[in-house]
Amino acid sequence: MATSDSVPAPSLRDPGYGGGLVDVFRHRHLLKLLVRKEIRVRYQGSVLGMGWSYIKPLARFSVYFVIIGIILGMNRAIPNFAVHIVAGMALVHFFTEAFSSTTNSVWRNRSLVRKIFLPREMFPVSALLVSAVNLVPGLVILAIVAGVTGWHPTWDVVPSFLLGFAIMATWGMALGLLLSGFNVYFRDFSKVVEVIIVLIPWSTPMIYSLDLVRNAFAGRPDWMIELYLANPLVEAVMLSQQAFWSPTVDQRDDLTASEQASLEMAPHLYERGLIIVAIGLLLLWFAQKVFTRLEASFAEQL
Amino acid sequence: MTSSIVMDSVSKQFTLRHAKTLKRMVMRAAKGKPLKDSFYAVRDVSFEVEQGESIGLMGHNGSGKTTLLKLASGVMRPDEGEVRVRGRIAGLVELGAGFHNDLTGRENVFLNAAILGMSEKETRTKFDQIVDFAGVERFIDTEILHYSSGMRMRLGFAIAVEAPGEVFLIDEGLAVGDAPFKKKCITKIKELNQVEGRTIFLVSHSVKQVQRICDRALVLEQGSLAFDGTPKEAVKFMRGDEDLEDEDPLDF
Repeated sequence: MATSDSVPAPSLRDPGYGGGLVDVFRHRHLLKLLVRKEIRVRYQGSVLGMGWSYIKPLARFSVYFVIIGIILGMNRAIPNFAVHIVAGMALVHFFTEAFSSTTNSVWRNRSLVRKIFLPREMFPVSALLVSAVNLVPGLVILAIVAGVTGWHPTWDVVPSFLLGFAIMATWGMALGLLLSGFNVYFRDFSKVVEVIIVLIPWSTPMIYSLDLVRNAFAGRPDWMIELYLANPLVEAVMLSQQAFWSPTVDQRDDLTASEQASLEMAPHLYERGLIIVAIGLLLLWFAQKVFTRLEASFAEQL
Repeated sequence: MTSSIVMDSVSKQFTLRHAKTLKRMVMRAAKGKPLKDSFYAVRDVSFEVEQGESIGLMGHNGSGKTTLLKLASGVMRPDEGEVRVRGRIAGLVELGAGFHNDLTGRENVFLNAAILGMSEKETRTKFDQIVDFAGVERFIDTEILHYSSGMRMRLGFAIAVEAPGEVFLIDEGLAVGDAPFKKKCITKIKELNQVEGRTIFLVSHSVKQVQRICDRALVLEQGSLAFDGTPKEAVKFMRGDEDLEDEDPLDF
């Protein structure tokens, strides 16, 4: 037996206790490779490759624009409706994709989870980052559509959009981390997420205006509209629209009264947005606590 | 001597859920059958492994060997008792864990090495050594999908033995590939132990392997530690078992 005396012996410790999300960032190299693998593998073997990541959002956008905008006439109530949709769609799709892929992440990587000890938060975090990378094509489309329809830079473009993104990222991570743990025990959670994802695009003022929601709730108790506005995704969508859509229409003087009304955003967007991010971080902290407890028996559940 | 792995009255229980859907649960409950059973996979096991020791864990299928290995690696946590390990844990637990078919051999080396805890720099320095050991130079930029199962396993082994760690956990089936490569594997593992002074914790039901690699052997029977001594005596102890299968019946 040859024992190397030159290196001081590390102390005895319990294996299998990770440092949570913090630990993930200590494994940045692995995180980078996992994200790169996902992106490489996704379009492997297709002729168009990354081109597909543009086709899907374009298809989604076309359906909304043609059906809701032209056939149902939303085009006439909201000026520059195309940008109104795309500004919301980019972030909403980032959230739905992140929510479902994080929820499934631990289960999908079960062969690793039950054999090798890694900080398990690695899987939801890399799933969220992959969704963030997939946000890029949506943003490119958004930049083009906004650019050709008279967008001009305003001081609040960057803070507005970043705050909207921060809402989606913190809530997506928090909910995803929580559900990825539960999903190991009962796969029903991934089905619940699938259902929620169908509802999400309709729950935000992306293919309709906040003004229409206000009209619908007029004369009803205040808590109803407040409940609608309490949805973090609603704030995030409006922040993104404030950055990319408002500048394309706010200087037009040919707007009808109903079009003018559709320009109105929810009050105190920044304040509310910051509060929502703060709540999201609190939720993330709570999700980490729960995840750490659930994680203890992942290996035998999978 | 310093201890490397300490198991102190470790127990692990597994729960078998008989009914997974709501419908089945209701039906079983109506018949008065239990919804779940639990059993001990590992029961009150205590032992210590010294640093630099190479220890073999033997036992029949279902005796709790793999569970004990998972407890040592931290993949599972004990229900009772305490597991303590000194230093980083590396292992030949699942060769090629996380290999992805659509990535090239090169990409998979980096990914798999990162999963096993190697930094980018460590992987770069050891890359040629890994590829050389596995003997896949010509195919390193080919998708791993086109590799034969032997090539995959050789590459998996070559990466795993480079993983940094004071404690090396090895699950059965460690020696992979054809006879010459198997020999290379065994030599490499002995080198890790005898030259580099790493602790080896080997799980195997091959008496031959344990005898060739280990200087101490444990035998598990139905989750409990039944024997602790030299590999030679361990073999005798196991031969005493009436239902002992022939050693490696397919290995002529």
